[in-house]
Amino acid sequence: MTQADAHITVTDLTMAYGDFVIQRDLNFTIRRRDVFIIMGGSGCGKSTLMRNLIGLKAPAKGQVSIDGKNLWGIEPEQRERAMRRFGVMYQSGALWSSLTLAENVALPLGEYTDLSPAEIADLVSLKLALVGLAGFEEFYPSEISGGMQKRAGVARAMALDPDILFFDEPSAGLDPVSSRRLDDLILELRDSLQTTMVVVTHELASIFTIANNSVFLDPETRTMIAQGDPKTLRDHSHDPKVTSFLTRGEHE
Amino acid sequence: MAAVSATATQSTKQAPGLEISPAGSDSLLLKLSGAWTLANPLPSSGDFEEALGTGESVRRVAFDTAGITEWDSGLLTFLLKIESQAGERHIEVEPEGLPEGVRRLLQLAAAVPPKATHKAEKPRNFIAVLGEQSLAFFSDAKATVTFVGESVQAFGALLRGKARFRGTDLALVLQDVGPAALPIVTLISFLVGLILAFVGAVQLEQFGAQIYVANLVGLAMAREMGAMMAGIIMAGRTGAAFAAQLGTMQVNEEIDAFKTLGIQPMEFLVLPRMLALMLMMPLLTIYANVVGILGGAVVGVNMLDLGATQYFNQTQTALGTEDFAVGLFKGSVFGVLIAIAGCMRGMQSGHSSAAVGVAATSAVVTGIVFIIVTDGIFAVVFNALGI
Repeated sequence: MTQADAHITVTDLTMAYGDFVIQRDLNFTIRRRDVFIIMGGSGCGKSTLMRNLIGLKAPAKGQVSIDGKNLWGIEPEQRERAMRRFGVMYQSGALWSSLTLAENVALPLGEYTDLSPAEIADLVSLKLALVGLAGFEEFYPSEISGGMQKRAGVARAMALDPDILFFDEPSAGLDPVSSRRLDDLILELRDSLQTTMVVVTHELASIFTIANNSVFLDPETRTMIAQGDPKTLRDHSHDPKVTSFLTRGEHE
Repeated sequence: MAAVSATATQSTKQAPGLEISPAGSDSLLLKLSGAWTLANPLPSSGDFEEALGTGESVRRVAFDTAGITEWDSGLLTFLLKIESQAGERHIEVEPEGLPEGVRRLLQLAAAVPPKATHKAEKPRNFIAVLGEQSLAFFSDAKATVTFVGESVQAFGALLRGKARFRGTDLALVLQDVGPAALPIVTLISFLVGLILAFVGAVQLEQFGAQIYVANLVGLAMAREMGAMMAGIIMAGRTGAAFAAQLGTMQVNEEIDAFKTLGIQPMEFLVLPRMLALMLMMPLLTIYANVVGILGGAVVGVNMLDLGATQYFNQTQTALGTEDFAVGLFKGSVFGVLIAIAGCMRGMQSGHSSAAVGVAATSAVVTGIVFIIVTDGIFAVVFNALGI
């Protein structure tokens, strides 16, 4: 791994709500075109780590650097510009409920590009088609199923062709087939658009299908206890917690 | 099963029994019988504790459960209590005598050791509660000032033509806080005018000064009650709605989604709501004034035998432009306050459905407190200024 390859670098990160420390001393690097998994048992701070990475929450200590620039050491405007290079799919989709799917995807395009409304409409149709929602442009989020909302959330996250896509529990609440399609979509986007993917999940099937790098957070010791390719971790890790997690506790 | 039906039904209804007897020099035998289900009054584990209390010598506890006809969680909780009491005294519990299902479930319950979760809160004394409340008050005051500051910034952006929000959103909120609020404002203002007239009429009739009911109702509505009633209605109706809408968006992470795209929720969500209330509240205040005066007129004409024209002429001479101006000014200020209270509580809302309820309640309370306190200050200031 060369330094130029590093896309997101986390150094000595401590996350806390007030005095309550969630995780401490996190150190890892996400390379370009990685599909990077943040995993760990329930309540270990996976989603909080994601909020730190996307700049929604300032770290209690340590740094999150994107392309070598510390997200919290730069001016707020610069940070906002950096954040715009992220696409985020939130756990519940987080579509804006007063807007149609098309308007949801179009809003960031309208804000940050000089495209004409017709061009935006074409782009919106393309993004929705990519996630298998062609023809649903005029539906409101409440009118479609949970799985479709998630996919629409992906379409919105992809709207500005981001450098990094974050997914918060993409397969939670999806049936196996939809979940598989979402995995394929993640891999396809990585391969075709060279996007770096950061995925918070604990779905093993999905982890082994898509990941080539990961970090394992442990809720008891409140720090990371493993990193690397999940398949390698499963087969070669010496930490019983990690192997137990990655084999559903079958090889304890 | 058929052959034993008579005795079986008899025995399933048999109350759960517990017999404790010594077995050997250092062990106790617990003989359980009958139906150990939650539907029956179960023996307490206190008997066991008593049996233990007498001798230090007990080292083992065994079970005989051959007499148990049926069991459910009731038996399990009883056994867990026995286990913990025995554990405290370092007495060995021999599970061999228990039904197999019970043994497996007890094992399952013990599989994950209880975690030290630091959840046990210490009982707090009065001083601590007072201190916490005061700190909470100051941090709340700070949050309010911050929110007002952010709103001013958003308005700055609006004046510079840089604010980003959708016109359709503004139109929707305008419709919701204006025309849609008319029926309830009509009803309340009309009744308030009516009530004021009744109260005045009883007193003024004694002096034969019924005509001054028109002055009373007119002045009270224009200077005070029109703006205040419209304000309180809007605080309950719109302030709560704003808080609930924004709070729900907070729960759905919609607000986070705005932030990651670099779109200011203050501009996109809060600004149209504030603008709408600031535009509509003065109009609603005027409307409430007129309807309230009409309510007073109904009493004046029907009860006090005043002519309609006479009543309105009297109202006209009693009311100056400055009286309406005072009410209008108050109404506008109340509009801003309600919008601040509603939007602030919504944006501060936590990430759960209970938090949205708290936010809505808090928005109404905050809004009404803001209105009443401000109205009190206005009363003093206007008096001092002689307006």
